[in-house]
Amino acid sequence: MRTMEAENIIEMLHITKKFPGIIANDDITLQLRRGEIHALLGENGAGKSTLMSVLFGLYQPEAGTIRKNGQEVRINNPNDATDLGIGMVHQHFKLIEVFTVLDNIILGAETTRAGFLQKKEARAKVEALSERYGLKVDLDAKVEDITVGMQQRVEILKMLYRDNEILIFDEPTAVLTPKEIDELMATMREFAKEGKSILFISHKLNEIMAVSDRVTVLRKGKYIGTVDTKDTDKQALSNMMVGRPVQLEVTKEPAKPTETVLAVDGLCVPSRNHKKNAVNHVSFRARAGEILCIAGIDGNGQTELIHGLTGLEKSSGGTVTLCGEDISRASIKHRGENMSHIPEDRHKHGLVLDFTLEQNLVLQRFNEKRFQRYGFINQGAVREYAQLLIEQYDVRSGQGPVTTARSMSGGNQQKAIIAREVDREKPLIVAVQPTRGLDVGAIEYIHSQLVAERDKGRAVLLISLELDEVMSLSDRILVMYEGEIVGELDPKQTTVQELGLYMSGAKRMDMNRKEEMGA
Amino acid sequence: MKDQGRTLLQKDGTRTVLASLLSILIGLAVGSVLILIVGLFSDNLGLSGAWEGIRLVFFGILSTGRNATGSLTWGFNPQSIGNMLFRATPLILTGLSVSVAFKTGLFNIGAPGQYLMGTMATLAIALGIPSSALPGPLIWLLAFLGGILAGALWGCIPGLVKALLNINEVLACIMTNWIAANLVTWFFDVNKVFQNTVENTKSGYVYKTAYGRTLVDGAWTYVDGNGVQTAKLGLDKLFPGSQVNAGILIAILIAVGMYILMSKTTLGYQLKACGSNRHAARYAGISDKRNIVLSMAIAGALSGAGASLYYLSGNTEFFWSTYQALPATGFNGIPVALLAANHPIGVIFTGCFMSMLNIVGLQMTNLTAYNEYITDVIISVIVYLSAFSLVIKMLLTSRRRGKRAVASADNTPDAGNVPVEDRGEIQPVSDAAGKGGEQA
Repeated sequence: MRTMEAENIIEMLHITKKFPGIIANDDITLQLRRGEIHALLGENGAGKSTLMSVLFGLYQPEAGTIRKNGQEVRINNPNDATDLGIGMVHQHFKLIEVFTVLDNIILGAETTRAGFLQKKEARAKVEALSERYGLKVDLDAKVEDITVGMQQRVEILKMLYRDNEILIFDEPTAVLTPKEIDELMATMREFAKEGKSILFISHKLNEIMAVSDRVTVLRKGKYIGTVDTKDTDKQALSNMMVGRPVQLEVTKEPAKPTETVLAVDGLCVPSRNHKKNAVNHVSFRARAGEILCIAGIDGNGQTELIHGLTGLEKSSGGTVTLCGEDISRASIKHRGENMSHIPEDRHKHGLVLDFTLEQNLVLQRFNEKRFQRYGFINQGAVREYAQLLIEQYDVRSGQGPVTTARSMSGGNQQKAIIAREVDREKPLIVAVQPTRGLDVGAIEYIHSQLVAERDKGRAVLLISLELDEVMSLSDRILVMYEGEIVGELDPKQTTVQELGLYMSGAKRMDMNRKEEMGA
Repeated sequence: MKDQGRTLLQKDGTRTVLASLLSILIGLAVGSVLILIVGLFSDNLGLSGAWEGIRLVFFGILSTGRNATGSLTWGFNPQSIGNMLFRATPLILTGLSVSVAFKTGLFNIGAPGQYLMGTMATLAIALGIPSSALPGPLIWLLAFLGGILAGALWGCIPGLVKALLNINEVLACIMTNWIAANLVTWFFDVNKVFQNTVENTKSGYVYKTAYGRTLVDGAWTYVDGNGVQTAKLGLDKLFPGSQVNAGILIAILIAVGMYILMSKTTLGYQLKACGSNRHAARYAGISDKRNIVLSMAIAGALSGAGASLYYLSGNTEFFWSTYQALPATGFNGIPVALLAANHPIGVIFTGCFMSMLNIVGLQMTNLTAYNEYITDVIISVIVYLSAFSLVIKMLLTSRRRGKRAVASADNTPDAGNVPVEDRGEIQPVSDAAGKGGEQA
């Protein structure tokens, strides 16, 4: 079906896009063949989105040309792009939350007769598309009520509804669960088979290897190269992307766990969504000097478990003992005395986005003697401390300590949180999806930090949805399924497949017996 | 890097001031158009009358009346300026009240109620403790503190309701406003002793006047006032003929104090953290509930202080039948705060500006055939536009940021400089241009 000699449907030739003081795209050439899945790979800030914005008509390049089917075209705005059959699923969806799914899909391309909406025709067309590609959506649900995965399907249907033949996916998997990612990949392959051409922006190497035909790598605004996926591997790609050999596998010595730091016994946390417990009689021990990972598919109670441990939500039963002290009823502040917490949602919990970096770095510590005197903040000490952390943890930002957190890149926001939490030097570090949405360079760094903390004798409780991360980083794995711990695995002896069986609930251990045996 | 940060901050500040000035200018311009229209359609005004009106709107504070030939004269008018400062006093404080709440993420629309409760407590203490029992200045102090406390307690109510029951503070504030309005009317209606001896729709004077009363030998005597009055500190000599007193200095001191509280102390840090991200504050172990209540209490205390300083001046009268209308001073705190972009020091100036418009209204009434209601219209246009000052600032910001963002985003390869939107949040398409810098 696909031939290597297929004509290029889109050619972006020698594109240069400058912004005051910086060249975001420096002579970049990208050729998209008909019917291929072409991945665009690069770290945050490499120029991927700028290039796609040029293609989508959001920016005008200073130099270079765009051709479609060999014909030079000018794309002055997104409407031009749509007319050329170019559609884009943005990383942050552009949907109107209070509109229904159907209204969102037809918005801007409504069929009207004498000025009246013809929703019936539209519905029929959308239903047909949805059926054909297995993109299940509830057309009458409001967007605010549906899952992120379904919202993405709505975005995809929007492109299909407009009969786009060039589909741009901007980091589409960042917000999806593993199952949804698999479904998306299948859909993308289906599109390619039908002759649609796909540009797939990502920095997740696994996905690129799994789904793409060719990969173009950008680094710091420059074109590095285009390779056939079948002729390359993850290591080579990441080296191209980062510009130096990257450690993909976590290197660590075997763990030497010592005393129990955190003991959880029969913990129950009520669910916000349904009447059952989201965390149901969970018991485990986390020891100093080990990375204990709680694996599981998103939504199986991991979030509630962490909220119950850290005090963000009240537990309804069981005890949590931290460093020998029962903290089941303690305040968040009190728990924080022996626990640091890298939260799941860095924008909701991790940072006050409108505060400066330095203000964020003392979020829990502003009341300590070194940072205040008689209730007045010791600005000098805060600045000094912030500069120290910024340097030590390589947190990059526009204006150093006074940068607004909101203006920092996701990777550096996360680094700032990790700097803050690790530097508090608490016996227990709770890290919830610490590398979500980050590129390989940042992931490598964060993994090495967590291993270093383990080796300093801290207990690390890791919650992760990424199987690779679970397998490579943890010393011991607990699998959570429907609010319960259903298995304990040794990452050295288990396989991803076995882990998957536990995660999906197909297999489970009798944890009570295991607990007794251990005790 | 450091210098870059500083100039950027300056730029942000400049933009804020620029936006506020722009909305004031537009307000005055719209007002001028109105004056022109009214003037042209009025028999006794005409084009020359309208021109006088427009000049008065812009420069009324410097008007010194008319000369023998009937043309307007201009110059330093100590009475106008003194009165402007006097009337600015409560406005600065209600403005601070609204702005402090804003900074902590709360919309204090309850300033009128807090102002009324402050008025009630202040007058009750100032009129209720006879100056034969305690020295005047001490009564003054008690009355001032009483007003602050009453305002704080009244502010607490919406705060508590919000913190404990998660009921929107705006709703609770509106309810407490009217409760206060009725409570105050009831209080003065029942306690006739606080009423004015001549017109019983007003409260008594806290300072000595022919219509006040005081306690002499255990019996209320209708002789003179209670002898309580805010010190003048020579300001009356500086601005002869005006009502100005040390209250304005106290208001400025409080504004500076609020600036220090909000930007230099751990308390201000906590309040702002709760205001900008309640979840993150909670995550960090800061008690969000306590801070919501505290923030509303501080806001209420400021409104209460505004009422105290106004009514303790001695010769201001309070019409206690408030159950039908809430005091404008409370509501005007909102535009004062908005125009100042919630900056405590800025509030001093915007408070003065709003009271200047008030004086201008009086000048218009005195000197032209326009009535004061035309300035009320202008004030309301500016009030309306003060909300736009935020929009104007956003327009100024987004236009420049769009360009700068991408620049600095790629300067440091890892540091985007564009708002990082929350997941699933809707972004207008026009914003996507800026977003390019985030990942680019």
